Amino acid sequence: MATQIEPATQTDEDAFRAEVQQFLADNFPAELKGQSNALAGVDGPTNETPAQTKWREAVGARGWGTPTWPKEYGGGGLTKAQAKIIDQEFAKAGAYNPIGGMGVMMFGPTLLEYGNEAQKQEHIPPICRGEIRWCQGYSEPNAGSDLANLQTFAEDKGDHYLVNGQKTWTSGGQWADKCFAIVRTDKSDKHKGISFMLIDMDTPGVEVRPITMISGTSPFCETFFTDVKVPKENLVGEEGQGWTIGKRLLQHERTNISGGGSLARLMGQSLGDIAKKYQPTGADGELADAVLRDKIADFEIRWNSFLLTARRAMEESKAAGGVSEISSVLKKLGTKLSQERSELLIEIRGLQGLGWEGDGFSDGELGAVRAWLFGKATTIYGGSTEIQNNIIAKRVLGMLDHQ
Amino acid sequence: MAVLNEEQEMLRDMARDWAVNESPVTEFRKVRASGEPEAFNRDAYATMAQMGWAGVIIPEEHGGSDFGFLSAGLVVEELGKTLTASPLVMNTVAASAIVLGGSDEQKARWLPRLASGEAIATLAVDEGPSHDPAKIETSVSDGKLSGTKAFVHEAHGADLFVVAAKDGLYLVEKGDGVALTTRKLTDQRSHADVTFDGAAAEKLANGGDSLLDDVLDRARVLTAAEMLGMAQQVFDDTLDYLKQRVQFNQVLASFQALQHRMADLFADLAQMRSAVEAGLQAVDAGFGVARAATIAKTEANRVMHTMANEGIQLHGGIGMTDEYDVGFYLKRARVLEQSFGSSSWLKDRFSKLSGY
Ligand SMILES: Cc1cc2nc3c(=O)[nH]c(=O)nc-3n(C[C@H](O)[C@H](O)[C@H](O)COP(=O)(O)OP(=O)(O)OC[C@H]3O[C@@H](n4cnc5c(N)ncnc54)[C@H](O)[C@@H]3O)c2cc1C
Repeated sequence: MATQIEPATQTDEDAFRAEVQQFLADNFPAELKGQSNALAGVDGPTNETPAQTKWREAVGARGWGTPTWPKEYGGGGLTKAQAKIIDQEFAKAGAYNPIGGMGVMMFGPTLLEYGNEAQKQEHIPPICRGEIRWCQGYSEPNAGSDLANLQTFAEDKGDHYLVNGQKTWTSGGQWADKCFAIVRTDKSDKHKGISFMLIDMDTPGVEVRPITMISGTSPFCETFFTDVKVPKENLVGEEGQGWTIGKRLLQHERTNISGGGSLARLMGQSLGDIAKKYQPTGADGELADAVLRDKIADFEIRWNSFLLTARRAMEESKAAGGVSEISSVLKKLGTKLSQERSELLIEIRGLQGLGWEGDGFSDGELGAVRAWLFGKATTIYGGSTEIQNNIIAKRVLGMLDHQ
Repeated sequence: MAVLNEEQEMLRDMARDWAVNESPVTEFRKVRASGEPEAFNRDAYATMAQMGWAGVIIPEEHGGSDFGFLSAGLVVEELGKTLTASPLVMNTVAASAIVLGGSDEQKARWLPRLASGEAIATLAVDEGPSHDPAKIETSVSDGKLSGTKAFVHEAHGADLFVVAAKDGLYLVEKGDGVALTTRKLTDQRSHADVTFDGAAAEKLANGGDSLLDDVLDRARVLTAAEMLGMAQQVFDDTLDYLKQRVQFNQVLASFQALQHRMADLFADLAQMRSAVEAGLQAVDAGFGVARAATIAKTEANRVMHTMANEGIQLHGGIGMTDEYDVGFYLKRARVLEQSFGSSSWLKDRFSKLSGY
């Protein structure tokens, strides 16, 4: 990504803040206040309301959904400080960022780094405008943690590849327009035989079968490729460079899964405040259940140190230029903590916190149950916690396998 | 594993065979798919009762076998392994209330029918979503009971409710003055808020001041036994899976990091089993029940909690699918964890029982 020029003075920042406030006043439909970004989620198709479309288009036209991406590809071309101002002002106004999904979180940054000029021109602007949904074709039945064992084969046919094989756990595969996939172009070398390519989901021969998850939704699919023609211009980087590019993308994914900032917002209300609504309190407003109180405090303290760690890591990695192996530490910590939080919510609410459906539960309570179940996946996907531990032990700490 | 006598071994083996062959998890899936709020198979329950399982703690003179709680726990454990949906646990607990607190006439009227499966009973104590037997508002005047009980397990199939009121336990038959509101929980089993509005009630007058606690301790140990079966099954399934699944050209079971995880779970499971069996045995011995039952349920909560999470994690993506069974154990586990004592409630009770 282009080097960032920090804003010169406080006055510049104030002026920019005013500009964002004006933009919100002019464009943010009041009825969307407090909503979240339907397009960013992977557990449902998007049926936008006119207001949602209007908001997406307004933000997309400015490139403010991807504020730090280069302007020539439809990004905001802004500094990190300015992006933070957008974040703050949107939050204040109860406005969500309507530009999201895998295109923004992982594919875009990777393509900006490895794509050729034509690919960037073609694919980045629609991501910035929130027009195209991307899915991730990595995992296969026998290539999960051992991703490089993937067998989906792309045969060189001169002007195109002919792709055959099966991917699985493809999040949002049934709603996606396009897929960034890693496939095998050479069977003789496990890692160097992998290439990164872009596949249109409506190409003949692409078939998806949704899989139902324990949370009751079907946000992911088995994806089958049968004689799927992929034009050569859809190869990103060189043939055989797919493992390097694919791993880079995973670092972006990890940073996003743990992503200090966004998780902090997701976490929302303090557990103590929620607990006081469900549990008896004493004379000074303290929770009567001392054991639960201790647990909540214990959690909130560790959560606080996680946020501090995420911030420190981001500051420290700025010099190194973006994502790094610290993303493994953050992913491991952030996902575990958010799972713990979901479990604590159940303890706080008792059986009222375990509702599956029905009028007796609020939307928030039901949503928390589904999120608790879905959340079990966060320590599995994007490289499981065990794989993060291996990365930390081997690559960061230099602890070797015994041979 | 506790030392079992011959009868107990036979009972356990029979339950194991039946659960595996006649009531595998696919049977639970059918119950779930039916969407019936009652959430159990009547024919299957009739068979269970025929085999004597509904009367294991009921005296012989009232149609039971009087084998006791350790024996009942063996059956419940085996059924827990396959997530068999039935009112067996709640019926046993409710029957124990009548055994401990009923008059001769109440015993004669209800126990034979509860033992034969002809009638089903359940227990209704809590009035909020968290277990708290100290907070009971339900009251009785002139033999009419009024109050609302929250998340009553197996309420839909129950002919008889053993209801906690301010001044003791009462028997209330379903019918006039008893209304159910279904509360569908994540385990897809039968739960309802039950409103009693001037329902005809008969007091369980024997059993003394500790009757409610004694009955709840029986609920705790049997719930813990169900959790023990579930935890054992998740452990076994996970171990099998790790021995089969190949990644990086080797079975997952060959990774030391995972070997140690399984070793930890194995040790946890051993502790859980000891605590649960001791709880059941304490009930049979009639000694140290409160403390043993508290330990049993607290350990069951702790180990089952971790076991369910680890079961999913170690299965990887496949563990997140509805097609795979492990998720069902997680969902049932949390409902049971919050029933008859969450860990924080139990730890508080344990401290009080221990005098600190
Ligand atoms: C909700 C969800 C969404 C997903 N979305 C996508 C998607 O959009 N696109 C996509 O391509 N994939 C997706 N995935 C797949 C995900 O990336 C894989 O599930 C993940 O890589 C793990 O692979 P696996 O499921 O095959 O588990 P396995 O690799 O079989 O692992 C099973 C267990 O063994 C452990 N393990 C494996 N190897 C080792 C080792 N060497 N040392 C110690 N422990 C080990 C794992 O950590 C895990 O606990 C998704 C998965 C889920 C659950």
